[in-house]
Amino acid sequence: MFNSLSDRLTSTFKNLRGRGRLSEADIDATVREIRRALLDADVAVPVVRQFTAAVRERALGAEVSGALNPAQQVVKIVNAELVEILGGQTRSLQLAKTPPTVIMLAGLQGAGKTTLAGKLALALKEQGHTPLLVAADLQRPNAVTQLSVVAERAGVPVFAPHPGNTSDADAETIIGDPVGVSRDGVAEARAKQHDVVIVDTAGRLGVDQVLMQQAADIRAAITPDEVLFVIDAMIGQDAVTTANAFAEGVDFTGVVLSKLDGDARGGAALSVAKVTGKPIMFASTGEKLTEFEVFHPDRMASRILDMGDVLTLIEQAEKAFDADEAERMAAKVAGGEDFTLSDFLVQMQQMKKLGSMKKMLGMMPGMAQMRDQLENFDEREVDRVQALIQSMTPAERENPKIINGSRRARIARGAGQTTAAVNGLLDRFGQAQKMMRQMASGGAPAGPGGMPAMPGMPGMPGGGKKSRGKQQPKKKVKGKSGNPAKRAQQEREAMQRALGGGPRKAAPSGSAFGVGAGKESEVDPKDLELPGDLGKLLGGGR
Amino acid sequence: MTDYLWLWIVLGLLLLVGLGSALVVPRLRGRRPDDTSGPTTAAPPDDGTAADAGGDVLVEEPAAPALETPEPAAGRMVRLRDRLARSGSPLGARLLSVLSRDTLTEDDWDELEETLLLADIGTGPAEELLEALRTRVRVLGVREPDAVRELLRSELLKVVDPTLDRSLALERPVVDGVTKPAVVLVVGVNGTGKTTTVGKLARVLVAEDRSVVLGAADTFRAAAADQLQTWGARVGVETVRSEREGGDPAAVAFDAVRTGSTRGTDVVLVDTAGRLQNKAGLMDELGKISRVVTREAPLGEVLLVLDATTGQNGMQQAKVFGEVAGVTGIVLTKLDGTAKGGIVVAVQRELGVPVKLVGLGEGPDDLAPFDAEQFVDGLLG
Repeated sequence: MFNSLSDRLTSTFKNLRGRGRLSEADIDATVREIRRALLDADVAVPVVRQFTAAVRERALGAEVSGALNPAQQVVKIVNAELVEILGGQTRSLQLAKTPPTVIMLAGLQGAGKTTLAGKLALALKEQGHTPLLVAADLQRPNAVTQLSVVAERAGVPVFAPHPGNTSDADAETIIGDPVGVSRDGVAEARAKQHDVVIVDTAGRLGVDQVLMQQAADIRAAITPDEVLFVIDAMIGQDAVTTANAFAEGVDFTGVVLSKLDGDARGGAALSVAKVTGKPIMFASTGEKLTEFEVFHPDRMASRILDMGDVLTLIEQAEKAFDADEAERMAAKVAGGEDFTLSDFLVQMQQMKKLGSMKKMLGMMPGMAQMRDQLENFDEREVDRVQALIQSMTPAERENPKIINGSRRARIARGAGQTTAAVNGLLDRFGQAQKMMRQMASGGAPAGPGGMPAMPGMPGMPGGGKKSRGKQQPKKKVKGKSGNPAKRAQQEREAMQRALGGGPRKAAPSGSAFGVGAGKESEVDPKDLELPGDLGKLLGGGR
Repeated sequence: MTDYLWLWIVLGLLLLVGLGSALVVPRLRGRRPDDTSGPTTAAPPDDGTAADAGGDVLVEEPAAPALETPEPAAGRMVRLRDRLARSGSPLGARLLSVLSRDTLTEDDWDELEETLLLADIGTGPAEELLEALRTRVRVLGVREPDAVRELLRSELLKVVDPTLDRSLALERPVVDGVTKPAVVLVVGVNGTGKTTTVGKLARVLVAEDRSVVLGAADTFRAAAADQLQTWGARVGVETVRSEREGGDPAAVAFDAVRTGSTRGTDVVLVDTAGRLQNKAGLMDELGKISRVVTREAPLGEVLLVLDATTGQNGMQQAKVFGEVAGVTGIVLTKLDGTAKGGIVVAVQRELGVPVKLVGLGEGPDDLAPFDAEQFVDGLLG
């Protein structure tokens, strides 16, 4: 596992403490570390060169040498520069003035175009659009079938007049007429009043003249409003070549980064954004059709630099956690009550819904020192702890103090483990409880910076000795429940904006039609209702 | 941030309770990951040039008295510098740098490094390769950038090792007196071309007059089994698949192998669903597939399909898949594009898993055996 850039920079600057100014050599070392971090994240070499030059310039400036903590300052600069490039020109999906809006997907083989087509269709459908998927990938065996299945899952119609490559046809020749299919698809959408058409094209290599020409022909035939270039987050140095080839071939208007749920750091995002100047619009983060989100430049920057991704963590947590439960817990802790094993069990189960515990913990800021331990963290450990707690009676869970020798033996037997394991759990839980109490009284760790003190070492006797009681009255209880919903709502709104400004509104100039006025008033309330509904749904749901 | 107090609390607790026990419990998987990113040490690399150059010299020495051919003075200088380079003492290194001027400019070196980086070899391995190369250049007193490039080529070639056995293990194993089919399991992350590789491989095997059964253990992706079946039907190979979508992949794999062994098939190719290596659940599923299959017949080959465009994440993929499924070979696909696939150099260096096949295009017969020399030329080209 690589150390995060901020760790490395910190160690670079460690020797400088006490010295007032940064020398040229210090800056060199810094720039070298940055370069390496970027290269390790698969940022393309030419982009790294430009980038480091820019950072170097800024690092030589007064803002760094004058800073109290040069390492942090440099990381801040790097982060800012990254965000600027990644999110320089974020924009939303451009919807056509006269429907249908035509969206074309292009990319290398296996980048995830077909899956993305389904995700995009579902997201648009949820925004009140009526998308139509067009199967123009006739090249790969059964790509048409795959799109049909995906469309079915998304509950969206698919236009697939050609069965595609299903028989013994030779894949070296061009199969069928994808240009014709795309054209017909758009015509079909117009006829059937679909307001968005998503054309899924075959994967192709940038160097494949024939197929690139075909893509260009498709583009010319359907004059798409958006051409989305789908690129795999784990692509390496080839990202630049590919992006350029596609920019030239189909002149894409936006980028979608796929497979971001992997552990690739996704430097390609930076390369593509920098080289083509096209905005990255969406991120595809899983195999399910709903796992699709608006691209967040700031998070991507942290990811490329391998810094903890706190926002994503919080967001994921919100998705999985029961808001009421969370509020109850927070109130409990804030109220100075003890955190019991049954609470812990509930939290742990919710936590498990988030997926890999290792990943979650890894996202916590300040976890860098513990990377080795994290590496060795066995996911099943959580299951074992759960088994232990589940082998206890409710009374024992509420009050672990009553657990005596014979109870311990019983619990161990029930969980299929040794009494030593029970002892270990109870010991650690006792310590954790003590810490919780301290935290509740000593104030919450203030943001990312505050955390490192806490996970110092397992078994440490009550983390940082914070002054007790001082901040207690300040403890905020407000906003805990409403917030997750609000945040989810904001997220949804961001997506809505990105997809082209919410549900399709009836023509605003209804009065101009004169006759249509009556009709207009019928449509209007329904349209207006929709976002509210959505909000309610979200508020209540997760 | 205080709004998220509860989250921190939960995480903190988890950390204490969970990690704590991880520390207390003896570390079964106490394998420390090799730090590829670590700073390059001045010590000569074990498998790098210095050692090898040393080997040459050592061979030379005993031969020298027998032949009694006085070596040219230049050769002696080379030997001296070589010893200095290997001595490992700072004095030796200092002396070496005095004795041999590095005539290449930093720009030349940067250019070389860039070539390696552009091929996705990665910073760590690239630095180590170049460090070894620098020593060797000093020892040999090379002055021409082209000659250095040639040295780099041979260096890379040594890492890739053309002499390595890259044939697929397709011998039919005999278990308890019964001849079982050779089982080939194909694994990898999403979208690297596993199904296509299985299809192409089936064609190759059929062309070699082997009987083949395909197992469509990708029950997750829409229409993956259909895709495989299409491939199989083209060459008259049967595909064993689940009746419904989302079936148990291990069961399908097992059925395929069982079908193969009852029919006396030579090879059973099992296609699995793409899975990102950081998804624990999916990796467990893969572990189950390999366990279940092994009950019927031992796994002959586990092929990891890596996309040539993959960057540094390829290393992580190889590591995790190797751990879970015991990868025995790599298939490097999409090599017909502009991507070089240099990550496999790092993978082979670190994990010793060789590339066995390369995918060179979309044509059905575009699967070729790996050619080390061509590959290295491609990296540097």
